Amino acid sequence: MSVSPPDAAAGPSRGRRAASPVRLLAGAVGTVLAASFVIFSSLSVAPGDPVSQILGQKATDAQRAAMRTQLGLDDPLLVRYWHWLTGVVHGDFGTSLTYRQSVSGLLGPRILTTLALVVMSAVIILLVGVALGAFGGTSQRWRPVVNGVVGFGVAIPGFVAASVLISIFAVKLGWFPTYGAGSGFVDRIWHLTLPAVALSLGWTAYVAQMTAAAVKEEASREHVMTATGRGLPRQLVFRRHIMRNASIPVLTASGLTVAGLVAGSVVIESAFAVDGIGSLLIKSVSNKDYSVVTAISLLIVIVFVLVTTVIDFAQAALDPRLRDGGKV
Amino acid sequence: MSTLTARLSSRRTRTGSVDKVVLVFGTVCGFLILMAVFGPLLAPHPPSQTDILATSQGPSGQHLLGTDSLGRDILSRLLAGARLSFLGPGIIVVVSATAGTALAIAAAWHGGWLDRGLNRVLNVMFAVPGILVAVLAAAVFGAGFWAPVLALSLVYIPYVARVVRSAAVRERRMPYVEACELAGLSAWRICTRHILRNVFPIVMAQATIGFGSALMDFGATSFLGLGVQPPSAEWGLMVSDGRSELLDGALQQSLSAGALIVLTVVSFNIVGERLSSRIGASG
Repeated sequence: MSVSPPDAAAGPSRGRRAASPVRLLAGAVGTVLAASFVIFSSLSVAPGDPVSQILGQKATDAQRAAMRTQLGLDDPLLVRYWHWLTGVVHGDFGTSLTYRQSVSGLLGPRILTTLALVVMSAVIILLVGVALGAFGGTSQRWRPVVNGVVGFGVAIPGFVAASVLISIFAVKLGWFPTYGAGSGFVDRIWHLTLPAVALSLGWTAYVAQMTAAAVKEEASREHVMTATGRGLPRQLVFRRHIMRNASIPVLTASGLTVAGLVAGSVVIESAFAVDGIGSLLIKSVSNKDYSVVTAISLLIVIVFVLVTTVIDFAQAALDPRLRDGGKV
Repeated sequence: MSTLTARLSSRRTRTGSVDKVVLVFGTVCGFLILMAVFGPLLAPHPPSQTDILATSQGPSGQHLLGTDSLGRDILSRLLAGARLSFLGPGIIVVVSATAGTALAIAAAWHGGWLDRGLNRVLNVMFAVPGILVAVLAAAVFGAGFWAPVLALSLVYIPYVARVVRSAAVRERRMPYVEACELAGLSAWRICTRHILRNVFPIVMAQATIGFGSALMDFGATSFLGLGVQPPSAEWGLMVSDGRSELLDGALQQSLSAGALIVLTVVSFNIVGERLSSRIGASG
């Protein structure tokens, strides 16, 4: 998905058949392999000359030819792909031409930064999104207000949110730093607060939308009316009868969100100059440093596929009808 | 857009009340589209004209929204920038809706292996985030207007295809299709004259919602420096250009371009969603 939250109908198709674990896993591995081949082969025709980047302009033709052989550039695409893939399986993503360093060494600390950003955003999204949605779904009076706020929220792209937050909270009020990721635990959280808010804004609204719709639908069902009619406390009806059933669409929306956050971090990290894998991806595209681009793209796809597969498993676990292979 | 709004409100009138929300936001959409078409003509100053003597100025009589760090008139750039900001998502939506609808109707008509195969391909396509595809396209084809447009046109196909497919499958089972078949009409004719015509409102609703998302994604690639290149005017690029001015407290460029993006996305989303709930489209 994109930085923009998908609409209600979007997202990977939620299987209506029973989710067989083996099938799901095979599907996930197949998808990652297919995506990795597309990424690798398309970048292999991208402009740029790694030999000149390594040797400089003054190298002789013999040196160039030797380097081409050493890098395996003259091998057929499938051979190069196979070499790259076997390397990746052993944790070797190649060498960065710009940083003259192994890609895995380059990614290591940056993955932690991106992870911190994504986790902070996910916490904001789940807390605020689900609470806002549950509130909007149950309260008749506040529903239009919540719908309005949420409809506005999904329309704010991350990079616009970033500019607004920087101008208010960093420049005008001076509460938060403008750029960078900080060092040390507290400093890092302080630095990543604005980026996390910018990243989570649209998705919070999306999760709130899904939650409100699910809660509203469940609240109007017969078993809830029966429970209310039996005089059960409202709290109990809400927790046991509404939220438990509403949790499945909410979980699906939240999972898609987490997957989308990793892709969204590409934009947000660039906007706040946070040194994570997202901003590294953009820098590497400009530097034509394709081994880094390939590695980060693959990582993002793996996270995306992993999360959607976990949602499929979790749905089966939460909904016995899916687990037993019955009709929905 | 305006015909859609008209059709929608006329349908409302028949049932009694006019949908005021659609009327208001449909009008906003109409104005924004007019701005994209005629914006460059309305610009009070040439959008790329720099003025060393009047850089980073606040709003004044001569420059209603002030000037940027190169002394260019911000209002003129916003008006002129509407064209590229809308052209990109416009192409994306038209291409993806056309391809998605064609694939969906073909799959629904033929069923069997074609339907299953399409479903599998769409699932793989869903697994790759749109912004990543746009970034990779910029790496392969070079940064510029066309790389993200091409990439996002591809990325948006599954979102259209999925909704249209389920609608087309419903149509396929209708008695009128059988009647057409018995009357000896060709598959092509039934699909284009009857099924396409019946799922068309759903395609339009999806396209309207998709336009907002496409505008955000397209703007994001320009913001990242991989889409529309300076000195062209485009809203996502203007948000990015204005970042260095933010630190000096000059907020107009980033925030006005950002506000226009949000206004556009909100308006198109609301019209698209009303449209889609009106015709009862579901995934």
